[in-house]
Amino acid sequence: MMTMLGGEPFLLVSKQEQQNYPLYIRSVPSDSELKFHYTVHTSLDVVEEKVSAVGKVIVDQRELYLGLLYPTEDYKVYGYVTNSKVKFVIVVDSSNTSLRDNEIRSMFRKLHNSFTDVMCNPFYNPGDPIQSKVFDSMVSSMMVQTC
Amino acid sequence: MSPAQWDLPPELCCRPMAFVALTGLDVVYNAVHRAIWDAFCANRRADRVPISFKVLPGDHEYPKCRTKRTSYEWYIPKGILKTGWMNKHLNLVPALVVLFYELDWDEPQWKEKQSECATKVEIVRTSLQGRNTKVAVVLIQKKTPLPPGEDVMASERAAALCNACDLSGKSLFVLPHTDHLVGYIIRLENAFYEHAQTYYYTEIRRVKSHKEFLNKTTHQLLFVRHQFKTAFFSELKQDTQNALKYYRAAYSLIHELRTHETNILEIKTMAGFINYKICRLCFQHNTPLDAIAQFRKHIDLCKKKIGSAELAFEHAAWMSKQFQYFGDLFDEAIKLGLTAIQTQNPGFYYQQAAHYAQERKRLAFQLCGGPEANLGYPAPDPLETPTGILDFYGQRAWRQGHQSIDPPDPEKEKGGILALQGREKEVPHSELIIALLSNAVAQFKKYKCPRMKSRLMVQMGEEYYHTKDYAKALKLLDYVMCDYRTERWWGLLTSILGTALRCSYLMAQVKDYVSYSMELVGRASMLREDQKSRIQKNVAKVLKNEPPEAEPDCDPSAVKAAQALWNERGSQASGEDLILEVQDSVPFVQCKARFLHPSFHLDVPVQLHVFLLTDSPHPVRFSKLCVSLSNQDYNQYCVVDSLGQAPAQEDMCLVPGRTHRYSFRFVARPEDVGKKIEITGVDLMLGSENGRCIFLNWRGGGGDAASSHEALQATRSFKRRGRLPENEVDWDTVSIQASTMIISRVPRISVQLHHEPPALNNEMYCMMVTIQSHEDIVARDLKLTAGLKPGQDANLSHTTHVTLDGSKMCDDSHRALLPDIPMGDLQPQEKMEKPLSIRCSTTGPRIFLVHVAYTVDTCIEGRDIVCKCHKDETVTIETVVPFEVAVKFVSTKFEHLEHVFVDVPFLLMTDILSMSPWPLHLVTSELQLAPTMAAVDQPASQVEEVVLQTGESASECFCLTCPPVHHGTTGVASGQYVMSWKRKSANATIPVVNTVITLPHVAVETIPLYVHADLPSFGRVRESLPVKYHIQNRTAIVQEVEMSVEPSDAFMFSGLKQVRLRILPGTEQDMLYNFYPLMAGYQMLPLLNINLLRLPAVSGQLLRRFLPSRIFIKVTFNGPANSGIETAAKLACWLHLHLFLEQMLFPM
Repeated sequence: MMTMLGGEPFLLVSKQEQQNYPLYIRSVPSDSELKFHYTVHTSLDVVEEKVSAVGKVIVDQRELYLGLLYPTEDYKVYGYVTNSKVKFVIVVDSSNTSLRDNEIRSMFRKLHNSFTDVMCNPFYNPGDPIQSKVFDSMVSSMMVQTC
Repeated sequence: MSPAQWDLPPELCCRPMAFVALTGLDVVYNAVHRAIWDAFCANRRADRVPISFKVLPGDHEYPKCRTKRTSYEWYIPKGILKTGWMNKHLNLVPALVVLFYELDWDEPQWKEKQSECATKVEIVRTSLQGRNTKVAVVLIQKKTPLPPGEDVMASERAAALCNACDLSGKSLFVLPHTDHLVGYIIRLENAFYEHAQTYYYTEIRRVKSHKEFLNKTTHQLLFVRHQFKTAFFSELKQDTQNALKYYRAAYSLIHELRTHETNILEIKTMAGFINYKICRLCFQHNTPLDAIAQFRKHIDLCKKKIGSAELAFEHAAWMSKQFQYFGDLFDEAIKLGLTAIQTQNPGFYYQQAAHYAQERKRLAFQLCGGPEANLGYPAPDPLETPTGILDFYGQRAWRQGHQSIDPPDPEKEKGGILALQGREKEVPHSELIIALLSNAVAQFKKYKCPRMKSRLMVQMGEEYYHTKDYAKALKLLDYVMCDYRTERWWGLLTSILGTALRCSYLMAQVKDYVSYSMELVGRASMLREDQKSRIQKNVAKVLKNEPPEAEPDCDPSAVKAAQALWNERGSQASGEDLILEVQDSVPFVQCKARFLHPSFHLDVPVQLHVFLLTDSPHPVRFSKLCVSLSNQDYNQYCVVDSLGQAPAQEDMCLVPGRTHRYSFRFVARPEDVGKKIEITGVDLMLGSENGRCIFLNWRGGGGDAASSHEALQATRSFKRRGRLPENEVDWDTVSIQASTMIISRVPRISVQLHHEPPALNNEMYCMMVTIQSHEDIVARDLKLTAGLKPGQDANLSHTTHVTLDGSKMCDDSHRALLPDIPMGDLQPQEKMEKPLSIRCSTTGPRIFLVHVAYTVDTCIEGRDIVCKCHKDETVTIETVVPFEVAVKFVSTKFEHLEHVFVDVPFLLMTDILSMSPWPLHLVTSELQLAPTMAAVDQPASQVEEVVLQTGESASECFCLTCPPVHHGTTGVASGQYVMSWKRKSANATIPVVNTVITLPHVAVETIPLYVHADLPSFGRVRESLPVKYHIQNRTAIVQEVEMSVEPSDAFMFSGLKQVRLRILPGTEQDMLYNFYPLMAGYQMLPLLNINLLRLPAVSGQLLRRFLPSRIFIKVTFNGPANSGIETAAKLACWLHLHLFLEQMLFPM
């Protein structure tokens, strides 16, 4: 399982300046870490499409969870986007059937809360890669739970 | 087995159509037959029935039908589906054989022809022995047939022919060879189609009837086979709904089969076939979701059925094909109108196919060894079969028909596996992968997945790298690199750069090699420090013209070739200059150039700093740094090299992490004043003349693909950085300033304006311009530009006039701005004055500009230059109205007049109210009367030489009459009132301003009778007061007037108390009265009543308005009271004035 935050820091609100570089990326150590990075990067295609679709039809603005982004043979890729357009992506093994939509949702919520704490840190410069022990340990605990 | 063994057979992929054989047609030599054949097969549009026609000779041998099995009891099937079966029913066994025969109903030799036809039918029948194939006869006739029932002979002979040939009436057709051939043919083929459908229906029934003989233990394969056949026949019958149902049944049956290593390939092959059919039909039925669901189920069921571990690549190959074919089906459906979406499009299937193809390649490499490994191909090829093809789909050539769990001969099995592995080695895996990836790229491009597209292109590039096609690999990688760079995914970029570096190394592409190396050493790279260090050392070698060390993980044979190439490069290219554009990458040296100020005065040297920072592990030595500017003349001053001013050696060496600053200064040229100087580029030369020179070129003021974001983050960050040593700079605080403006030298003169705002409308407004020099030297060629500042409202320039000559009034010929008035030279500390006169003819604010330009000769850093300086002063001046003039018409009794009466005197009063903040000098005024007005006496100005302070007003009063007007005229013009004025402060030379006020029109009325009185200005008590009334008839008729004087307490009077008199037209009647005042003071005169008998409308009331109503009566002084007389006279005077005021203030 891997988790990652990519997105524009909340100070940038303009759509033109929408950025998609990774703020935090973490995966279960494996040989195919690069492949995970590619998977997350390609999933941004769908995230962007979904985010722009939300802009067009004003659906429930508070729904941040984007759901399953796209199916692959081996992994399931889920997306979540905050109101400040910071994107969260979770990639899980397809064979892991214990994680259903609700579990993924709550994982995202936890991530979001923890991310909010990071942003509240006055010493954190929005847009810089996240280097927070608390955030790290939260992600680690989440990864331990699911593995 | 061919490399295409994993391809689906074409007979599976085509759309099955009913097969109808046509015999008896000679399409080569017989034109009529040719035309008939063409009508059948040419231009078959979609609306024609789906039949595949074939022309066969009349004695064609159809495939023999095997004897029908009566019992399945001892029958053990050898496989699921024979390889020839589908083709047999598509192309060999017809549903219907049609015999064409030329025979007219009126054929003279009817008997012979009939029997010949019967013979031909018999031949066909014999050939089809045992099959249910129908036979039909078509008679080609030259004559158009008569409507049915009319031709008796035709029906008789038709019946006879049917009888002879043993045909039902429905199987005999007539084809008249006339103009409407195509129409007949269409009718014919519809009939054929019905026959064919009946045939396939019976075939389905036949296959289904076997089912009752089957048992579940030994005939499992047959269950699948029969379902498949039923489905296939249904398809031939064009009953796709049922076909889908049977295929689905077949699919679930196939997964009920026991799988083991020996039959797994057969099961997968058939499952793949059936799955293909199901998906195809689902797309055809426009239920794409069913197709996708079926495919997912198929993949899930088959994914784990790998089979023999030694042949694992076969499973990957099969999986890859499954995805590829589904992608093809999906894509085909889209071409026919299906809409796909971003997350569900054929691209994913091609991508997955490519993934399995890569897996296949990996497994093949692992199981079959590398290209150099020789396994030894077994001597009698176990993959050869006597017929060249397999009997059943998906079976092994060396043990066909074998269905038990263990292989019959382990030795043979081993040989077979070895042979398959040997064959697999011949497969061009990379080609397959690249083809699939490029298919996927095309799809993702279509469905807005740019990142997926990039990722697949990276995979393609890597695959090309593996096939040693480095040029293509590099092209692809280079293309996508910038996407990852702009998205700032450094991890991915590093991986791509690594591959690209290997490619460029193996091709010995110096430029690319250095460029990728620099980025891999730079801050965007995620490589470890030791790797960076290795790469940087390699770059250093390249700069010395030595071949670099090989990149790790390169193919050893390729490395050998590459080393040779590098040595060759080294020997050829000494002193070769390579220019690398580093702006769009993230190189290991960063550059920021900035002018110290956004603008420089001409007499100050332009200063420019270039900052360099390297983030490589080792210091970087450079041999030259030069800055290119938009004016290339300055470039010579902006160079650092070992030859020039010989800077210290350490200056030419960039220490990692330290910001290095290089300063340049030069004197700008006077012709560049007002121009921008831009940094067009910064070049940093690495290497040396005797090795290899590499120029890093930054366009503009430096920066690279990552620097703008870094700068943004740095400005946001409020981290305090540690205090740096005195002469060091923090990199993040440096901003790029790529251009500067050269502006003229600061003027050292003062320009002062003396004037008294606001300006008064239309006056000649005086402004004194005082210029004083504070220069140390002579200011030459002083030029003054003064007037309305350009760029304001266009109307202002038409209503503003400026002149140097204040003694004459400006007119429209004067301009709003006086440019370049030569003023000569100005000595140090000298003062110069210039008066300006401005006339503004509208009110409102205006901005005026006073611009003084001059030149001085100066010397900066040993260079003599001529500096042009100028000083601008602007001032906003408001223009206001100097005074307001109010005009009113009153009667001689100072009563307000709505209208005046012809030939009756009235007063015109003008009130001049000063609005000017400055005292106004009214020089004179003049009344210019219109011809419709006449003055009673000579009007002279009453306000001449009057000075009005702010808020004061002056009045004038003129007595006028209005001459008779044409009948019907209601209003007449009065004329103009001209005021001549100037400011009190203006000197004598300033011209007087004439302001013209147009007087209002006034309404005029005629009056039939006019009365006026002659009486003294006062009376005395008990002294006779003579009063004469004049009554004037102004009509053209005689007027009868009744007059009476009412008694009054204050007066006694003598005269006619009541009289009636006639007045002739145009004449005047005088009435004389002697009033005898009885009381002193202000007294009402006895009321005079006048009635016009003919004109009752003209009331006495109206006429009375012309007469005085009161008079002041003084007391009589009797006796010696001389001293009192004087007092009384004074009192009288006072009272008189009082009367006057009273009348003015309280008009009756």
